[in-house]
Amino acid sequence: MDFNGHKPIYLQIYDHVCERILSGEIRSGDRVVSVRELGVELGVNPNTVMRAFERLQMKEIIATKRGIGFYVCEDAKEKILLEQKKEFMENEVPEFLKKMELYGIKIEDIIKLKDKS
Amino acid sequence: MIKISNLDFAYKNTQVFKNISLEFQKGNIYGLLGENGVGKTTLLKLICGLQKPQHGSVTVDGLTPSMRQPEFLQNVYFLPEEVITEDTTPEKFIQKIGCFYPRYDFALFNKLMGELEVDLSKRFNELSHGQKKKSLLACAMSLQTDYLFLDEPTNGLDIPSKALFRKVISQYCSDETTVIISTHQVKDVENLIDPIVILDRDDVLLNASFAEIIDKIYFEYGPERIQDAYYTEMLPGGYINVMPNTEHLESNVNIEALFNAVMKNKETIKNLMK
Repeated sequence: MDFNGHKPIYLQIYDHVCERILSGEIRSGDRVVSVRELGVELGVNPNTVMRAFERLQMKEIIATKRGIGFYVCEDAKEKILLEQKKEFMENEVPEFLKKMELYGIKIEDIIKLKDKS
Repeated sequence: MIKISNLDFAYKNTQVFKNISLEFQKGNIYGLLGENGVGKTTLLKLICGLQKPQHGSVTVDGLTPSMRQPEFLQNVYFLPEEVITEDTTPEKFIQKIGCFYPRYDFALFNKLMGELEVDLSKRFNELSHGQKKKSLLACAMSLQTDYLFLDEPTNGLDIPSKALFRKVISQYCSDETTVIISTHQVKDVENLIDPIVILDRDDVLLNASFAEIIDKIYFEYGPERIQDAYYTEMLPGGYINVMPNTEHLESNVNIEALFNAVMKNKETIKNLMK
């Protein structure tokens, strides 16, 4: 995994786990690798991984079970998609609209592009 | 916990620490940073009992390192930057010193030598500088002390070895261990060290976790140089601006930029992080 410079590492690890769930690599009910295992795999401070897992827990994407560790919650995929959609609408779309205005692109141009694809 | 209170230390006429106080909490991998000659190695020596404070105190879990009691020494290992080794193999060396450390594990030593890809059959003086460093690291880690101090551990390691180093250190860390890594090569230990301690001549400028740093300081990557930033630097894609985090934004700590920002605004950042 390659980290980029802008986003806190714990959020990048959060995204990384979400990606694994979205791709179907780990499914609802599956065990998630432990904080320790993921820390070693990524060569990252275990406390940083713990922060990512705490956030995943808070968002009810993963939960803990005694003796098992972390597992993927039911509807985890839907929750992630919902969150990403919100993020897309709130951050990426306004940025996109700003650029459209800057370059003088009309909404019709975009619709045309969409119809073609 | 390591507790340093009102510590003074000088070598003959050179004052190194003047009334410094700081703590190292369990379960962390600390990064100890500072310009050349500010006393990073001296601090490690004071914590492991190789030097004695002239005033003030250093305690590790309530024990005084300079008294060099067995119960303290068996739980601490300091790996200096340069080690003069005997004409022997790492295996013989660890078997010799292992008996002083109750949790020493020879199987772990072999496993680490394998993970770090060191040739087991060679003597120290037949190993390259990097191989020797890695074998000493395997020795240090197989002792499984709660306190592990590493002085410039990545110097001389090749690129793949640096990644291996991060993996084995991450593995070493537990709720009971305290690892302190003194280094100038912050890129080598990025994402591994947290909290960060920055030493200055006579003083401690910063001792904070990433969460605490991010809370107070914002690292902005953008197209412009921001005038009243603590520190700005031109990068290939624009600028990095280190600024007060007034809007509660979350950013990624860039350790080099943080270090430079702290050195340029010593008092301001010291007060900000209090």
